[in-house]
Amino acid sequence: MSIEVIHATNLTRRFGDFTAVDHISFTMNAGEVVGYLGPNGSGKTTTIRMLLGLLIPTEGEASVLGYDVVRQAEQIRERVGYMSQKFALYHDLTVGENLAFYAGVYGERSPARLAEVLELVGLSQLEGERVSDLPVGWRQRLALGTAIVHRPKLLFLDEPTSGVDPTTRRAFWDLIYALVDEGVTALVTTHYMDEAEYCGRVGIMRDGKLLAMDAPSTLKTSALPGLTWDVFLDGVSSTGASSLLVALNALETCPCVLRAGLVSDHLRAITPADVSAETLRQHLDEAGIEGLRIDPAEPTLEDVFLALATR
Amino acid sequence: MKVFGNFTTFTPISMDILIEALNLHKSFGETRAVDGLNLRVAAGEIYGLVGPDGAGKTTTLRLLCAALQLDRIKDDEQSSIRISGYDAVRQTELVRAQIGYLPQRFSLYEDLTVLENIRFFAEVRGMSSADWRPRCMEILGFVGLDPFVDRLAGHLSGGMKQKLGLAAALVHRPRVLLLDEPTTGVDPVTRQDFWQLIIRLASQANHDHAEVAVLVSTPYMDEAARCTRVGFMRAGRLLIEGSPADLRLRLKDQILELRGQPLDMLRHLAHADQDVEDVQMFGDRIHLRTRLGSRDLVEERLTQRILAEGGEITLLRPVAPQLEDVFISLLDQPNSSS
Repeated sequence: MSIEVIHATNLTRRFGDFTAVDHISFTMNAGEVVGYLGPNGSGKTTTIRMLLGLLIPTEGEASVLGYDVVRQAEQIRERVGYMSQKFALYHDLTVGENLAFYAGVYGERSPARLAEVLELVGLSQLEGERVSDLPVGWRQRLALGTAIVHRPKLLFLDEPTSGVDPTTRRAFWDLIYALVDEGVTALVTTHYMDEAEYCGRVGIMRDGKLLAMDAPSTLKTSALPGLTWDVFLDGVSSTGASSLLVALNALETCPCVLRAGLVSDHLRAITPADVSAETLRQHLDEAGIEGLRIDPAEPTLEDVFLALATR
Repeated sequence: MKVFGNFTTFTPISMDILIEALNLHKSFGETRAVDGLNLRVAAGEIYGLVGPDGAGKTTTLRLLCAALQLDRIKDDEQSSIRISGYDAVRQTELVRAQIGYLPQRFSLYEDLTVLENIRFFAEVRGMSSADWRPRCMEILGFVGLDPFVDRLAGHLSGGMKQKLGLAAALVHRPRVLLLDEPTTGVDPVTRQDFWQLIIRLASQANHDHAEVAVLVSTPYMDEAARCTRVGFMRAGRLLIEGSPADLRLRLKDQILELRGQPLDMLRHLAHADQDVEDVQMFGDRIHLRTRLGSRDLVEERLTQRILAEGGEITLLRPVAPQLEDVFISLLDQPNSSS
């Protein structure tokens, strides 16, 4: 049986005449890892602040762990963990002191629990190090440690991996999944399209609106209007960036192409489901571009975002 | 492709190398922000400088546009920056004239119109009153802002501001364009537009424009893949560079995708396989990096183990590696103690 940990209905927040979050409704069940994906300014942090009871919704309502975000904010904050974009750590204190401080705030005084958290986030060896001497990746782990010291069942992670290298980011996600194994539920915001793929479900935010929320694979089949193709220019004689643009232009004007775009060193085209690689190639041949390689492609969440955003 | 050791030697400058940086060093107090960096970018190239915050990307760009001074180094070592053939230390003004720089946080005058903003930058760059208007209209046309010349910059959308910033950096026809994380946190729709402009810029060679060299810093792997060449920076140095396609070839035939139920069991079994070097968990699937030459073996062995444990496989197939896979496989992993 799934237990609902977040239930938001028409959640809205305006600042003056600017609508930061615009009638958002979604639910989240225990044990899920949900990604909240959107560019800067799309309303991700504002949503989290409302769910934490830090910001009163202008309209709509939400409950977190069964508590109302307006009337029972205290109960929510005692029971959830929150890691903010700017990790709130004391740079002149050690790893152990930072953790003990946050544990104290939540009334958690057991040294065994502190040791357990340090172990979990992989910082046992660094307990005595000052935070100012740590690289960003370790600070990020400590920030996560301070957010889970009171054993929250629900974690809000706001852009936890901004600006770290891929190795650190991957290690951090391993950590999130280790926590999920122990029964934690996590809502993770990100503006990295590829990072959202790590989540079981992804909500796509743009201009304060939640455009869709579903499993990445479901989004790819439901939000995209047809087939995705990768078009490579390997066989084209004049290589270089300009031929990419010529080919892009040809794709964009091709009647059987719904959307075309640049993806790294090749092109991507979305076509209706009844278009084959051969049809696509014929159209490009007619446009005078020959020698392209056309492969069926796995759509990305960026494709999904673009499809939803330009709908 | 090059994987760097401690030092790389350089061949002499050829005609179209527009950025040539040799053994750059820059420290701030104890911090070595840039530590022996070598970089060459040719006309027509889009070079992606990829790395985490603090890797030295911004410092590198600032050194190249002579906004920061290089550290002095030992007498027996050489250190130099040449932009379009000019020496950045002795010919600073000439170098600056060759460079367009879009910093991470650029400022526009919000209470001036689009055209007034561009005019301001044109005049700062010393363009004559006869010259600025046609050039401003041309560059605004290039970025697609010509219908909005009279709009206040403060009333532009985020994406349009970004394009105005680009136009301002390009108004004096630089041959070298330095872009510092131009699309971090930017809407993907804007990102697509922006990249089309950059590619067009790097590739157009006509009566007015000689080919431009673009150096762009980014924290996004998927964005780095759009560049003609990519260099991965860490702790003030380049660790590896090459074209995205060449870099991906390093892991050809090593990545497997696995889908099935229950995912956590599949993950644990994949971790336990002796020929699996890395397990990447996605929300609804798992990617495995297998030891070179062992992919088929892993595929077979893992299938048997999962079925024996009562798991279910919906898909197990080889997939193409991503740039991120390549970097992770190459880098030592100081933070991966979990």
